[in-house]
Amino acid sequence: MNLMPVHALRLLLLGAGVFLHFVTPAQAREAHYVVEVAEPFLELHSGPGRGYPRFHIAERGERVEVLSRRTDWFRVRTAGGVEGWASRAQVSQTVRPSGEAVSIAPPSRLDYLDRRTEGGVMLGDFGGADVLSAYFAWHATRNLSVELSASDLNGRFSSGWLAGLNLVHQPWPEWRVSPFLALGTGVIRVEPRATLVDVEDRTDQVGHAGLGLRMHVSRNFMLRAEYRRYVVFTSRDENEDVNEWKAGFGFFF
Amino acid sequence: MESGLRFLLLNTVVTLSLAVMAGGCSRVVDTLDEPSAAEPVIDPRVERREVRRPRIDTENFELGVYTGFISVEDFGSSTVYGGRLAYHITEGLFAEATIGQTTAGRTSFETLSGSVDLLTPDERRFRYYDLSLGYNLFPGETFIGRNRAFTSSLYLLLGAGSTEFAGDSRFTISFGAGYRVLLNDWLSAHLMVRDHVFRTDLLGEDKTVHNIEFVIGLGWFF
Repeated sequence: MNLMPVHALRLLLLGAGVFLHFVTPAQAREAHYVVEVAEPFLELHSGPGRGYPRFHIAERGERVEVLSRRTDWFRVRTAGGVEGWASRAQVSQTVRPSGEAVSIAPPSRLDYLDRRTEGGVMLGDFGGADVLSAYFAWHATRNLSVELSASDLNGRFSSGWLAGLNLVHQPWPEWRVSPFLALGTGVIRVEPRATLVDVEDRTDQVGHAGLGLRMHVSRNFMLRAEYRRYVVFTSRDENEDVNEWKAGFGFFF
Repeated sequence: MESGLRFLLLNTVVTLSLAVMAGGCSRVVDTLDEPSAAEPVIDPRVERREVRRPRIDTENFELGVYTGFISVEDFGSSTVYGGRLAYHITEGLFAEATIGQTTAGRTSFETLSGSVDLLTPDERRFRYYDLSLGYNLFPGETFIGRNRAFTSSLYLLLGAGSTEFAGDSRFTISFGAGYRVLLNDWLSAHLMVRDHVFRTDLLGEDKTVHNIEFVIGLGWFF
């Protein structure tokens, strides 16, 4: 199975992203956000995590620059030039020099309901073969979304890939564990194992209907499980029916 | 199946998807253009304070390259090159995608017999990819000398993917551990040991093979 074009494309996209990051004018990224410590002190850790030691504090009334953010930790620079990492909990207690509160709440349930883009990976079984798939979804409304997915199939006698377009309807998006219905189409490529006698490779169109569950865990993280029934439109006289079960996780951006 | 039904399905899905996208876009426009409601009975005259999300540069992605050795079971060990992209979800948890490639050597049978070649040079290309979840287990600091300290952490990785070798691709489970040292705010150095496990019948019998890899790498946070 030749994965080269996929890999090349992936690397190209990554390369473009990195290039854009580095060519962004420095001053555009240097315009830092300044906050004032409102609690008795702001603790500075040596790294972005609870386990890293505190090595400095900024006192009440001191202004600190917020340089960048990694997960729930903010890299800040004090007036004295000391740089360290402060937790979201403590940074959210600071105020803007204008007196405004700093709004850096983590993604809420409302953000989850109104998410626009979502991506994730799932692992499961496709008619006896192992399947690993990645998907990207675009939400038009809370109920309707369009998904693009790519799956890698590895069976005992053959391997291949499946690419698809999927339309998903979620009747009750506000439920914590919410069911959804899916309808889609795609292309499947099946290549027999090299250790078997030569059998022709096949590329066929597929159609599928599915049923699944999505669960918002916390922040921008969610779990997802689904069943799909595929019909492979073969060039032979009979079509093939394939059952697929898979489960995984996703994020929204 | 009858091609009529196929085209009907294809058309329906594509048309619906486009309709959904178009509908979603127009919904955004609608909300912008919504006419203001009729004059309220009471005008509270409260100035609404606008809450703006601060524009702070987030650096949750880490892009990296690595190189080292991999032992391809039955085929000796060779140099491996790879790339990785990680997304840091919380301070502990991260998701990672990896691609790596090496050229497997010769089995001892091939070397001893002299002229036998089990695989063509093309088939000796060993390429894997996987999607993993990682967890930063022991955050801490690494002291180098008296005056220098770097933030570091030990992490565990567990993932699934596929390995392409000897003209076939196989479902692969990978697991391992790594040590990450942050050299500065955006650059990290990694030391990683991982095992790529899959089942193959390449040498006649069906068996599970372990391909252990030991690599060093660099990562950029962006």
